[in-house]
Amino acid sequence: MRQAIVTKTPVILKDFTKGLWQENPVFRLLIGMCPTLAVTSQAQNGLAMGLATSFTLIASSIVVSIFRKLIPKEVRIPSYILIIATFVTIVSLYLQAKFPDISKNLGPYIPLIIVNCLILGRQEVFASKNPTHRAAADALGMGLGFTISLAALGMVRELLGSGTIFSFKVLGDGFRPWIIMLTPPGAFLSLGLMLGMINIIDRFLKTKKGFFPKFDAKKGRT
Amino acid sequence: MIRELVLVFVAAVLVNNFVLKYFLGICPFLGVSDNLHSAVSMGFATTFVMSITAPVAWCIKHFVLDKLGLPFLEYVCFIIVIASLVQFVEMVIKKFYPALHQAMGIYLPLITTNCAILFMALQLVLREYSLLRSIVFGFGSGLGFTLAITIMAGIREEIEFCDVPRCLKGPGITLIIAGLLALIFVGLGGLIKVN
Repeated sequence: MRQAIVTKTPVILKDFTKGLWQENPVFRLLIGMCPTLAVTSQAQNGLAMGLATSFTLIASSIVVSIFRKLIPKEVRIPSYILIIATFVTIVSLYLQAKFPDISKNLGPYIPLIIVNCLILGRQEVFASKNPTHRAAADALGMGLGFTISLAALGMVRELLGSGTIFSFKVLGDGFRPWIIMLTPPGAFLSLGLMLGMINIIDRFLKTKKGFFPKFDAKKGRT
Repeated sequence: MIRELVLVFVAAVLVNNFVLKYFLGICPFLGVSDNLHSAVSMGFATTFVMSITAPVAWCIKHFVLDKLGLPFLEYVCFIIVIASLVQFVEMVIKKFYPALHQAMGIYLPLITTNCAILFMALQLVLREYSLLRSIVFGFGSGLGFTLAITIMAGIREEIEFCDVPRCLKGPGITLIIAGLLALIFVGLGGLIKVN
């Protein structure tokens, strides 16, 4: 009993932090790539898409986790998609009403949150098997990791493509924008190179046992 | 009339290629493109489902949602239609064409979460295509996906023998190749004028 109380926090914390680096959805698991590439020509759009996806992910993870014992195994995927689609409709209508500019920029990619494999994947792998508080922590971490990745990619592309970050001018007049970074090829190229960089950093951290101390899985669980 | 259909078709396959212009279906594009055979199977399975989804989505929009005045149920309805259609197609193929099922069996369930299909269904509603145009659009988009994934698989089979920097191995180099491919497809943009 005492052990259970002692170890409760690290499990949730681990569920939360693993989405940030070790299992970062964009750079490590490579899921949810369609919106990642499509909307990150500006940092602001990337951030908005990340937040919209996070909201859907957190809300549907909680709902799926609450109903996990009631949903029959055979129809679980359609049920998850239905729950996700409902929340995406809410997000879409909310953005249309409150932030028409962002809604216009993200355009057809908002409904595609439904089929974002990140969300469906988390329901299948995590939320359908774990209690609600852990599912929420996991969804929060994954959503945050996704949002940060999108914003980072958006910042790189916006900086090189138009010399601004979040529409603030950063590079002076002498800088000639690389228009290609705003077009589809630039999206692929910059994400590819960023993956390479992340791999180098990750290898560096693993050899030096650096900034991100790992939680011991055995200690955390029993 | 025929000219318009050809324009829609060429636009969907080459100019507005779903993968390289709109970034749709990137997950299968990265995941299944490591060998030519499975890439082609995946491509044709997707084309098949898309060609069926297009008219069905059109009918649902025009005969059900518009008649009942429920435009906000669009997302939910379309995704249910796609999911059940994929299931249905899988059952039919399994029953009547076992050989075909064996070739593309494992890819069929994955198609439900291919965003290209939902995007296609929503676009043909947004662009107010006629039924015939929708069918051509659906088929063309599927073919465009097949084209992109096949080219990618061909290149990746060759690149296995190349000396790729260690940090770029796997998805990194695949994305960079996709970038170069997208650059080529940008060049096709002047082929026709698309709205």
